[in-house]
Amino acid sequence: MKLLKLSRGRLLPALEEPLAEVSLDAWRDNPQEHAEATALTISNDTSLADVKCDLHGFSVIILDFPAFKDGRAYSQARLLRERYGYTGEIRARGDVLRDQIFFMARCGFNGFEFSGPNADEASAALEEFSFAYQPAADDASPIWRKRLDRAAAA
Amino acid sequence: MYRYDEFDATMVAERVAQFRGQVARRLSGELTEDQFKPLRLMNGLYLQLHAYMLRVAVPYGTMSSKQMRRLGEVARKYDRGYGHFTTRQNIQYNWPALVDVPDILDDLADVEMHAIQTSGNCIRNVTSDQYAGATAEEIEDPRPYCEMIRQWSTFHPEFSFLPRKFKIAVTAAEHDRAAVKVHDIGLRLYRNDEGETGFEVIVGGGLGRTPYVGHTIRKFLPKKYLLSYLEAILRVYNLEGRRDNMYKARIKILVNSEGAEKFAEMVEDEWAQIKDKDIDLPREEIARINDYFAAPAFEKLSEESAALEEKKAADKDFARWVRANTAAHKAPGYAIVNISLKPIGGIPGDISDVQMEAVADIAEKYSLDEIRATHEQNLVLPHVKKEDLYTVYSALKDADLATANIGMVSDIIACPGLDYCSLANARSIPIAQRISERFADLDSQEELGEIKIKISGCINACGHHHVGHIGILGVDKKGEEFYQVTLGGSGAEDAALGEIAGRGLSSDQVVDAVEKLVGVYRERRQDNERFLDTYRRLGAEPFKEALYEAA
Ligand code: SF4
Repeated sequence: MKLLKLSRGRLLPALEEPLAEVSLDAWRDNPQEHAEATALTISNDTSLADVKCDLHGFSVIILDFPAFKDGRAYSQARLLRERYGYTGEIRARGDVLRDQIFFMARCGFNGFEFSGPNADEASAALEEFSFAYQPAADDASPIWRKRLDRAAAA
Repeated sequence: MYRYDEFDATMVAERVAQFRGQVARRLSGELTEDQFKPLRLMNGLYLQLHAYMLRVAVPYGTMSSKQMRRLGEVARKYDRGYGHFTTRQNIQYNWPALVDVPDILDDLADVEMHAIQTSGNCIRNVTSDQYAGATAEEIEDPRPYCEMIRQWSTFHPEFSFLPRKFKIAVTAAEHDRAAVKVHDIGLRLYRNDEGETGFEVIVGGGLGRTPYVGHTIRKFLPKKYLLSYLEAILRVYNLEGRRDNMYKARIKILVNSEGAEKFAEMVEDEWAQIKDKDIDLPREEIARINDYFAAPAFEKLSEESAALEEKKAADKDFARWVRANTAAHKAPGYAIVNISLKPIGGIPGDISDVQMEAVADIAEKYSLDEIRATHEQNLVLPHVKKEDLYTVYSALKDADLATANIGMVSDIIACPGLDYCSLANARSIPIAQRISERFADLDSQEELGEIKIKISGCINACGHHHVGHIGILGVDKKGEEFYQVTLGGSGAEDAALGEIAGRGLSSDQVVDAVEKLVGVYRERRQDNERFLDTYRRLGAEPFKEALYEAA
């Protein structure tokens, strides 16, 4: 496993800083006991609407891909960013491979516990598409807006 | 027809380049077959019994002559000289080599085609009414909305790893040729009492091992909210759909376990939070896409063509073909022409490279350059002048494409079955061929009228047997191929799932069985009843009796 972080559209290897992790359940049961925690792990069958607590104190929220085919965390990440305004790091853990990173980044992930081979080449995956058809949690402007801008400029 | 601008072209070209890299990594061994599988599947590449199969998208079934010509070239250059149109309005090639696939995709990209999202657990190629833009029945052309859905769903970052595949169909006509009630989402465009047009949103239909007719979760959705509403449905499904059992992972299971009302509530709650968040297209973009589908400049013609009547009187085969294979067009003096890909004894949906080129030529000259694929595995020339019908018929006949059997007993849907598919229990194609040969006589077929036979080689139901008037399902009985017959299904506006008629039949018995069922209908029908109407009036009993009495 290699930790990669997204910075200005590029994936860079990051030092594995020690995180004080706590699971959502443990933290909800007893927040005092976990006052030192810096990272929150949320399982992918958790409904974020039911969390109802302040997540902003955590510098990292870790979402899970038990298998790359299990795509629930894509929705969770978008919700954290777009609905709950979480601005810290959202980190992908589990089956995190090159060919899913583009989608993850678009959904708001910016930390990756990369589990595939050739982590140094993973950055190339982010450059495979110049545009996006739909808005998501990144700052890509959807193609329809580019069309409008271009028409306005013409 | 929609045309790519530089953005669309770039997206497709970059996709091909990406896949070329993925194939290279697979061939070098960097990717295991397990890791490669979801990637190739997202590019329509399956591994079948004997070889790879490539499924190419024909978005909402619409093609130009140039595209059809290219499909023919691909068949010749990279495959064994034929292609196969599927029940998803797509075309499949059964024998491509893995190393060639990136080149095939490049050749397709040249003519604005691709294989994006024709497989995998993502939003699949959206399907529609093959008569869109040509029939007087529709309130407007549904294809602009299909194109909007195509763009929105392409490489959707959140919905590329759904619990299961996801199919959306759109219709705008009273008579439902797109089978919207048996899709994950069916959209029916209609005009409400206030005179506004919008969508009825139907969710959770589908076939497979647990077939369901879909539920309407919203009676009327204003058109401008189409994409945000779809996004809300997909988000609920992505988060809540089952992932522990692939047979329970389709949205129909979620809708039916939550109950349609509860599910609708979940969607409405989600939608309320995203409906004004820029997911929906602005007016200008909607207008831009709509412009591509503006009605072509039809000539001002009179409704009747004397030349046509004359030819019909002189050539009774032609007259029959006109009756069976053409449909009313919205413009006076025009007709919609169906091209049957079900020659007597042939393989349903198969078409050779030469035939594809013939269709391309005919469409270019006589159908304003447009061709459609249908979910019943046929083709359509949507805009043919009545005065040209005889010329078109003759050209089709020369290409062996003029079988006059649309909607009839030999116009059979069949999945690839055990001849190609690794999941099959039994063969489908030879059954279709033998039924078709049994009923070869076109006069008696015409006299029998509409009978829809649909055949699947296993419970996955790619041949839609549940919605066949007569459905045939391949089952495995101690290593032998057996067939279960279902009766009374329909995929149209009167959607219903067929009922199992009784114990399974051997492959020798199944063709006789169809003949017996048709026999009951022939004896008992009243007035202009179709097979399905007679079945619904009489119930299953007389049919079951005939089926099992002497068998
Ligand atoms: S119905 Fe079964 S046999 Fe036929 S194509 Fe589908 S999976 Fe294969």
